[in-house]
Amino acid sequence: MATDPTAELRAEVDRLVDAARRGDRAAFDELVRRTYVDTYTLAMRLTANEEDARDVVQESYLRAWKGIRRFRGDAQFSTWMYRITANAAATLVQKRRRRRVESLETVDEPIEASLDAQPEAATVSAVGMETLARAVEALPPKLRAIVVLKDVYGLPHEAIAEELGISVAAAKVRLHRGRKRLRDALYEEDGRSARAV
Amino acid sequence: MRCDDVARLLPATVEGTPVDLAVQTHIESCLRCQAELARYRRMLRALQQLRTRFLEPSPSLLAQTLAVLGEESERQAVRSMLSGRRLAYAGAIGGAALATAGTAVALILARSRRRAAVA
Repeated sequence: MATDPTAELRAEVDRLVDAARRGDRAAFDELVRRTYVDTYTLAMRLTANEEDARDVVQESYLRAWKGIRRFRGDAQFSTWMYRITANAAATLVQKRRRRRVESLETVDEPIEASLDAQPEAATVSAVGMETLARAVEALPPKLRAIVVLKDVYGLPHEAIAEELGISVAAAKVRLHRGRKRLRDALYEEDGRSARAV
Repeated sequence: MRCDDVARLLPATVEGTPVDLAVQTHIESCLRCQAELARYRRMLRALQQLRTRFLEPSPSLLAQTLAVLGEESERQAVRSMLSGRRLAYAGAIGGAALATAGTAVALILARSRRRAAVA
């Protein structure tokens, strides 16, 4: 009888989570081995900085280990880790902002300049994934976090708002602003011609 | 309804969120707004694909993360041991304090008896 490899993997992760909840460190280490690339990728998308992403990954797994007994298993372990990572990244970004007095309004949009040098990005069909990744990276941190968590990782507004410490309404407003900025960055040429009509 | 007004609503409507009839009617009759909506939808699809494009961390990240977890586990073990022994320590300290106080009282009583006997 054929077995579903995805279901098998999920069952294995569930088994490791159960063991980790009972205090089995080796099981938790195995969970880390299986998920750290995913967690790192999210951390990089959220922080856009290698060093910060490493700090976020370590902090996230520390929080996960401390809180694994509270994980009830009604969501997937990966989704739970996404939420922890989002929260850890938000905490780190807030700390950095306090130091650098960086505000949303004062952040420039360097991606527009970089996309100007890449005319192929002006057409929809030629939007390469690398260009998209760079455009996301160039978003101001507050907008980037929402776009990444909602549009890339598919977390619901309620979960995003909770982890970032903002209201659901604020999360939605930021998402729309983020999408608009991203659209402007990716389709600058089209935008100009549209505005000229 | 003007294109600029509709354009402001598109980031919120791209996932199929219901819009009022005037907006819907405008989009159905306006090629420019249809193209703009299509752009947003393509952008959203591309963003979803970004999820499976994993970034490669430096080789040391896993080892460092596991080391940090190991240190935390040790701290937890020490804390647990200390909290378990706290009662025993408190009892021992209390007993020692009582013994000291008892000895002091006995010495004082003995001294006062000697003075009374001398007098």
